[in-house]
Parts: sequence; structure tokens; C-alpha cells
Amino acid sequence: MSNMRFPPWAIWAMLAGLAGFAAMIAASVRHNRGVRRSLFAYPYGLWMVVFTIIPLLLIGYYAFTNKAGQFTLDNFKTFWDSNYEMNKQLIELGMDPQTLGSARGTVNVDTLVYSLWMAFLCTAICLFVGYPAALFMADREFKLGSTLVILFIIPMWMNFLLRTIAWMSLLEDNGLINTILSAIGLPRMQLMYNSQAVLLGMVYNYLPFMVFPIYNALAKQDGKLSEAAMDLGASPMLTFWRVTMPLSLPGVISGITMVFMPSVTTFFIPRVLGGGNTEMFGDLIERTFLSADNWNVGSALSLIMMILILMSLTLLRKVDPEGEGGSTI
Amino acid sequence: MTRIFKRGYLALILLFLYVPIIVLIIQSFNAGVSRARWAGFSLKWYVDLFKSPAIMNALYITVTIALLSAVIATIIGTAAAIGIHAMQKRPQAFMMTLTNIPMTMPDIVTGISLMLLFIFTQVKRGYITMLAAHITFNIPYVILSVMPKLKQMNKFSYEAALDLGATPGYALRKVILPFVMPGVITGALLSFTLSLDDFTISYFTTSPLVQNLSTLIYSEARKGIKPTMNALSALMFVALLILLLAVNRRVSKTQEV
Amino acid sequence: MEERPQLIKLEDVSKEYDGTVVLSDINLYIRKNEFVTLLGPSGCGKTTTLRIIGGFERATTGRVLFDGEDITDLPPYKRRVNTVFQKYALFPHLNVFENIAFGLKVAKRPKDEIKARVEKMLSLVNLKGYGKRSVESLSGGQQQRIAIARALVNEPEVLLLDEPLGALDLKLRQEMQLELKRMQQRLGITFIFVTHDQEEALTMSDIIVVMRGGYIQQIGTPKDVYDEPKSAFVANFIGESNIIRGTMVKDFLVNFCGANFPCVDKGFGEDVPVDVLIRPEDVQLVEEGQGMLKGTVRSVLFKGVHYEMIIDTGEFSFKVHSTAMQPEGAAVGLSIIPFNIHIMRPMQVDAFEEEEAEE
Repeated sequence: MSNMRFPPWAIWAMLAGLAGFAAMIAASVRHNRGVRRSLFAYPYGLWMVVFTIIPLLLIGYYAFTNKAGQFTLDNFKTFWDSNYEMNKQLIELGMDPQTLGSARGTVNVDTLVYSLWMAFLCTAICLFVGYPAALFMADREFKLGSTLVILFIIPMWMNFLLRTIAWMSLLEDNGLINTILSAIGLPRMQLMYNSQAVLLGMVYNYLPFMVFPIYNALAKQDGKLSEAAMDLGASPMLTFWRVTMPLSLPGVISGITMVFMPSVTTFFIPRVLGGGNTEMFGDLIERTFLSADNWNVGSALSLIMMILILMSLTLLRKVDPEGEGGSTI
Repeated sequence: MTRIFKRGYLALILLFLYVPIIVLIIQSFNAGVSRARWAGFSLKWYVDLFKSPAIMNALYITVTIALLSAVIATIIGTAAAIGIHAMQKRPQAFMMTLTNIPMTMPDIVTGISLMLLFIFTQVKRGYITMLAAHITFNIPYVILSVMPKLKQMNKFSYEAALDLGATPGYALRKVILPFVMPGVITGALLSFTLSLDDFTISYFTTSPLVQNLSTLIYSEARKGIKPTMNALSALMFVALLILLLAVNRRVSKTQEV
Repeated sequence: MEERPQLIKLEDVSKEYDGTVVLSDINLYIRKNEFVTLLGPSGCGKTTTLRIIGGFERATTGRVLFDGEDITDLPPYKRRVNTVFQKYALFPHLNVFENIAFGLKVAKRPKDEIKARVEKMLSLVNLKGYGKRSVESLSGGQQQRIAIARALVNEPEVLLLDEPLGALDLKLRQEMQLELKRMQQRLGITFIFVTHDQEEALTMSDIIVVMRGGYIQQIGTPKDVYDEPKSAFVANFIGESNIIRGTMVKDFLVNFCGANFPCVDKGFGEDVPVDVLIRPEDVQLVEEGQGMLKGTVRSVLFKGVHYEMIIDTGEFSFKVHSTAMQPEGAAVGLSIIPFNIHIMRPMQVDAFEEEEAEE
């Protein structure tokens, strides 16, 4: 890849273009007429091209090339079989991988499945814990709803790495929980370095993202709707299932999106709270890029993850075509 | 009965959210290094904090990047929102889809793709690259906060200003901007906090020599976090709390008028 | 009225959006101090015409003249016209005083002059002492007055009003109609008023411009437009009407509903199909056996001032307004005097013939 160079002047050209646009707009604002306001979006468009579109194309480029820069699908084959490269070399050396006992390596696929499963669990827990919370907060009798929203936001101001690390002091072998357990005569437990701890950390970090959109959807609901339902003879239970709940669906969808997406790709939490066998897909990508220094496979993995996320988003959009629940915080 | 249950439930969830933070703040006053044992009250870590060049430097980088990226993203994003709003339907839809791309991209992919860009273009990773990355992920949030305000605006307001003799520039400054200002402020605050808390994208777009608090914490996490870090985050937490209260008071004051 | 000079002139103005024609070949002039109403159903192009005069839209073809000067390309802030917008478009972040003062501040008038002129305007619109109020705290009618004051304070030569009364309730609307008319007469400003409400147009205007589908259908005084509509569309849109297919036998004689009627129109040719307009109040009910037509009363509705009856003659159901009620099922005779029979060219061609526009 070292033969692929981007001339340094191109950067300056981009910056000059940006400055030119800024100057043009400033000038047209000072003078008048003629300026089409849609021009205001151009610096942003340029910025997006340089810092979002081109980087994405780069990922695409690396995912479909090998180290020599030639087109290949090997990176995706490596995703399916982590021993693919090794076996290929063995075959080139005239050896039969199977007789050597080198079977298909399932690490990558397993990690993906594990990540999806963990993200699913995390999303489900957040939904089941968060929905009632949002419902109670949006209750018209409960006056503190909006204050509570702020109380949900405040913890997020503390650096999320530190908050996650703080769980360590609660969960570790001689941490707070185990100290309390032994103080009341219960056996100590292994709380850290397993999937449950990772899940706890994820739920802890992402729960507010589930509560906010649902709360928003519920709070802006017209109270007269449920009154109308009850007036028509529906019990409170039926009113909830037939009126309140369906109307809050956009919020639920948006909450699911906002929890599921970061949970699949989280890579810090499993490192701190998880043990050796709790690697998630985010970790895998980071490791492939930085430790294994294999950009091509890393890009392929990133691409696969993006496609998965886009697919799930499209699916969710089908349920909520307006994307109404999008507004949060 | 149900009332008690509802409130109890909410209290329990809040407890869940706050326990680690309380633990963290308590630890920052702990004289000992051990996370588990209480060795007496001390302000030692708070003193150490200001003597640690690594932490002070990371703090400086974190705060300046948060401020700069928020300001720049707010300018570009607000202009973009106004521009996109003035567009015809089809380009408008296209630009909004474009805006949604980075928001649906996982942080790690954003970080890695930017890292590739910087390596590819042979730009040395450091302060500037991290700043650019933060601006990049902040702009969409600004656009999404300003856009609803623009849509709320009576579409004739701008024309009314022109009609009364204002030039487009004057109308922009005196009519459109004041109206969308709440959205602009929301976007700026959102950008600031997102930038302050970002780890993943910073991690991929900076060098080990230029660390913000998140990447510093990450690199120390394996060695064990020193209580000075707890002291710092406790301080920042309190600072932000005060900021929030101040902003809240101002907002409620201006709303009364 | 004829001596007043022309102030605004539209020459062959047309407007397209993405290939859709919304205005075609508009030719129109507006004289000084006139109260002109652009009237038509939604989508007829009346608002677009107003916006072209205001400078918010650029005509695709044609020219706009102001006092003989071409202003086609002049931006709105350089035109000596001001607009009262639909739903007012008051600036929500400014109070009442600041809203009215906006144009004067832009023009950099001295502070005390601004204050004096705004105060004068406030009293003109009967809102003295409201200067410090926030515009959002005002009622619809008050906001309406502020919007008018904000436009008038700049002493424009022409005031454009885009359905300004649409959001008000009936009683308030009628009050505002009178007040606007009074203001226009007192200030001697040209008003161009857009509405879809024919009653509003008839009450307030000196000249009504009836529009439909991007074309001008007719231009005339309220009385002209009501009494001598050029097409069935205009007749139908302004007031209630019976429009009957008929044949012009020769000059001064028309045949419809199987009978010949003397009339006062000529110049259509002989044996030519025409539309015949008869206003409901112009049909006289007489004893059965008398009059030109006979029919049966189908339904009766009490409308306050008069009764509205539908009378079936077999060929056509007439709508008739009369203060004397005939019971349902009664057989009656119908009589129409020649002066009240109005002959028009049939509907299909009317889109092509009215463009020469002015009277």
C-alpha cells in the first residue's frame, strides 16, 4: 500500500477550497441579492466528502484488495475461515492443510455471532427495564418527569470509561458487593471477567438511550387519546396495549436502534469487564487493524459490520417509516 | 400502592446509574490506593492531580478540542442546515441522507476510516486530526438540532424581512439566526458533550503523544487507574453540574419574559 | 377613475415551476390608489402573481413595470411595495414595537422618528400602548393589525395583501374588511388584495381580477363582474347562478329549456350554442300557466332573508331566491325579463379568449 500515495498538495487544495467557499459566502452575505442560500450547505458537503465519503471508500478499497493492492475477495474468505491465509500458504508449499489438522478457523464468525447475541440481550434488557421507567416518568400524575430526564443524563457526563472502570471496584473479588456478601455470611462470588459482567456494563452504559426516545414518544402523546379509549369502554390495561403502546412504537424503534448499534460495536467494555473469551466484534476489528496490522481483513470486517447494521436499520425503518422517534436528548 | 411501586422502580434505576459514580467520587477521597479498602479521608489525589503533567495536558487537549470542535461544527452545521432548508425537495432529501450516514456508522468504523484517511494522505495524526474527526462527528448533530427550528419558522418570515427592505444578509442575521438560536445552542452543547466524552474515534485519530482524557484513561486502564483520575472526573462532574444549573436558570429566566 | 395613472403593469408575465405552468401570459395594469383584488380558487395563480409583484418570485417570461420603470429583476427589498403575509409572518423574537420598527431600522431612520412613526401606526390600527407586548401574546385580529402596521409604516406606494383575513372568524373578518377599505381611502395607497372569498372581493374592491388555472378570466368592477360575467366559471365563482345550455337563435333571441326568450345580447351569430346565465334572484315565480316556463317546487330552504327553492322544469332545475315561499310540490310558472338573461360563450373555449385582459 505504500505505493498508493496521495499527493500532499491535494490536502491544501481541499483546505483552499473550503476557505474559498467560506469567503464566498461571507462576501455574499455582506453584499446581497443573488446569493442562493443553498450555497450555505456547500462547505458542509465538501467536509462530508473529505471526512466521510472518501474514508468510507478507503475502507471499501482495502476490503477488496490484498496487500499488493490487487483486487481480491480473500479478506471476506478470511472472515469466514480465519485460517484461510495460512491454509492457502500451506497449499502453495505443497502441503495438505487437512492432513495437518488445520481445519476452518471459526473465530471471526463466532465473535460476530457472540456480539450479535450480546447486543440482542443488552437491547432486550434495556427495553424491558427501560420501557416501564419511561412509562412511569411520562405518567401525567408524575410531575418530576422532565427533572428525571436530566437525572438520567447527568451520569453520562462522567467519562464512560471511568464509569465502566468504577464497576470493577464493585464487582471484583474483594470489591464492594463481595464485601457485603461476606459480611452477611454469604459466599463470595466470581462477578467479573465473564459475559454477565460485560452485559451489565453494556446495559449500564446504554440504558438511557432506550429511556429517552420512549419517554419522548410517550410524553408528547395527547392525554385525550387514552381518555377517549377509556370513554369507549377500554380498561386501563386494554388502553395501554391498544393505544398508548402502539403510539410509542416510534420511540421504541429509535431506542432499539440507539442501544443495539453501539452494543454490537462496543470494544472497551468487554476489555475491562470481560475475561479472555468475551471478545466482541469491535475488539476484533481493532485488534485486526492495530495489533495484527492487517488493514485489508480489518476493512472487510468493518464493511461486514456496517452492512449488518444498515440491514437492521432498514428493517427497523419498515416498522417506523417516518423515523419520528429520532429526536432524543 | 402502584404509585409507591412506580416511584420505587424509578429510584432503583437511578440508584443503578449513580452507584458507580458515587463509588468513584468516594474513592477520590480515599487516602489509600486500593479500590476496595477505605484508608481514611484525604485530598491527596486532588493535590496530585494538578501536579501531574500528563493529566493536565490531557485535560487541556480534551477541553480545547471540545470547545473548538463545538464552535466549528456549529458554524458549519448551522450554515449547512440553513442551506439544506433552502434547497428543493430532492437535493434536500439527498443531503439529509448524507447527514444520516455518519450517525448510523458505528464509532469504530468512523474512527478507523478516518485513521485510514490520515495514513493514506500522510497527515501525521495528532491534535489537528483529532479535531477534524470531532468536527466530523459533531456536524450532523448540529444540523439535526437546527433543522427542526428552521422547519418551525413561518416560511414567510424571511420574505417579510426582505419586503421591509432588509438585504438577505441582514434578514439572515436579524430574523433567521435569532429564531433558530435555541437549536444552535442545543447543537453546540450536544457537540461539546459528545466531544468531551468521545473515546473510540479519538483513539484511532490521534497519536500516543497527543492524548485526551479518554485515551489516557484507556492506556492506564490496564496498569490500573490511579485515584487522581477519579479526582479529576469528580471535579469535572461537579463543574458540568454547575454549568447545567446555570444554563437552566438562564433558560427559565428568558422563557419567563 | 380613468384619469388615474398606471402604477404597476404586468406584461406577458408567465411562471413555470419545474415545467409546470402556473401563470400564463398575464397582462394587467393597476392604477394609482386603486383597490384591486385578485380573486380565484386555490391554485389559480393569484398568490404567485402577488409574489411576482412583491419580488419573491421571478417571472419566467415577461416584464413587471413600476411607474414605467422595469423592476422585473429588482429584489424585494428594493421595491417600493410592502406585503401583509398570509398568517402575518410577524417576527416572534421581536415585540410589537420592534416588529413595526423593523423596516425603519433597516432604512436607518433616526430613533425619534422611528418612535413617532411607530406610535402613529399603532394608533392607526387601534393598538395604542401595545408596543412592549410580545407578538405571540396577541389575538389573531391584533396580529393582523400589527402585520398591516408593519407594512404601512414604511409608507409604501403599494400594499400587497395575501389572504390577510383568512385566519379570522367571520365577524372579525367583516370588521377588518371595512377597516382596510377605510384605511386605503384615507392613506391613498394602492392595495392589491388576494382572496378566494368572492364576498370579500365584492365588498372591498374597485377592480376585481378573476383568475383560474393561471389565466385571467375577467377584469372589471365588482358590478361588471357580477352582472356581466364573461364566462360560466366567473358567473359560478361570483355569486350563485343557474347556467343553462342554450342556442342563440339570432340577435336578441335565445332558446333554452325548449322555449324562445327575448334578451338584450347580440353579436354571437345565428344558431350558435351558448351558456345562459340567470341569477337565482332574477327568476320570478308567477301563477301556474303564466310566465315562459312551468315547473314544480322540489325543495324549499329558509335562508334568513329569502327562501331558496329548487324548481324542476323537466329540462333544468332552477335555483330560485324569493321572499315569497311556495310549498314543496306546488306547480308554478317562471318568468324572466330580457335584461336578466345573460348570454356567454360556452365553457370550453373560455381559457383562450380572455387574455387581452383589460376593459
